[in-house]
Amino acid sequence: MNSLTPYLIVSAILFAIGFAVIVTKKNLILMLMGVELMLNAVNINFVAFSKFDKIPEQGQIFALFIMLVAASEVAVGLAIILKIKKYYENINPEKLTELKN
Amino acid sequence: MEIVLRELQNGNVAFGIFCLIAVIGALYVLFSKNVLYASYGLLISFLGVAGIFVFAGGEFVSAAQIMIYIGGILILLIFGIMLSSNKKMEKGRLNIENKDMVFSLTIAVSLSLLLSFLVLESKFNISSFKPQQHIKNLGYNLMTDSVLVLEIIGVLLLMALIGATYIAKKDE
Repeated sequence: MNSLTPYLIVSAILFAIGFAVIVTKKNLILMLMGVELMLNAVNINFVAFSKFDKIPEQGQIFALFIMLVAASEVAVGLAIILKIKKYYENINPEKLTELKN
Repeated sequence: MEIVLRELQNGNVAFGIFCLIAVIGALYVLFSKNVLYASYGLLISFLGVAGIFVFAGGEFVSAAQIMIYIGGILILLIFGIMLSSNKKMEKGRLNIENKDMVFSLTIAVSLSLLLSFLVLESKFNISSFKPQQHIKNLGYNLMTDSVLVLEIIGVLLLMALIGATYIAKKDE
């Protein structure tokens, strides 16, 4: 594929779907999945731009770093979700209303 | 017929198939009613994105995507699903409720249309370079120019994992 546009369009679609997952789902783990989808879309953009760059390594290295940060984010997020589950007995963000009113 | 053959040889068809795999997996995450099946949809989507990376010239990134995302993040997510499912409800404990589906679908469609419109309207000043020994250059670059970032990312990962185990430990 020798043009930049298809990559960007696929990445735009994936980003929008990830956003819709975050907005729609009432489950903290599903919302983490939506974040992963959005990060994947960003990664596609980085790698696709780096294909047409003079130094093609820079964008790919950035994509690798994004992956590692996503891994650590998921680890900490899941630990927090397990704590929330133990304390509130569910992981529906609509029902975590201790600070309301 | 000739057009089909030419497109096949260009790899455009395979690229389209990988794009379809990625998008369909993501759509399955959006529409499925079961958390575990949604994670399988995420797996499909990650595989499709790995294929797109190969077409964009990032072979190493593609392998790293499969190893880190599918081998690490997805397994962690499935562990989380198993540990956080509600044991009191026997039936349908993995079910999820969707809220504001129409609203979010409207936002998603309009967002993707807007982004696609902007992409199609903009002119990118690109030129195609095809470097030799690509992964070797990647390794050199990782160890020279961005070695500081590499170290910082390593420390960050260590801190995040230790912090995660500390947060998730049982209270006395």
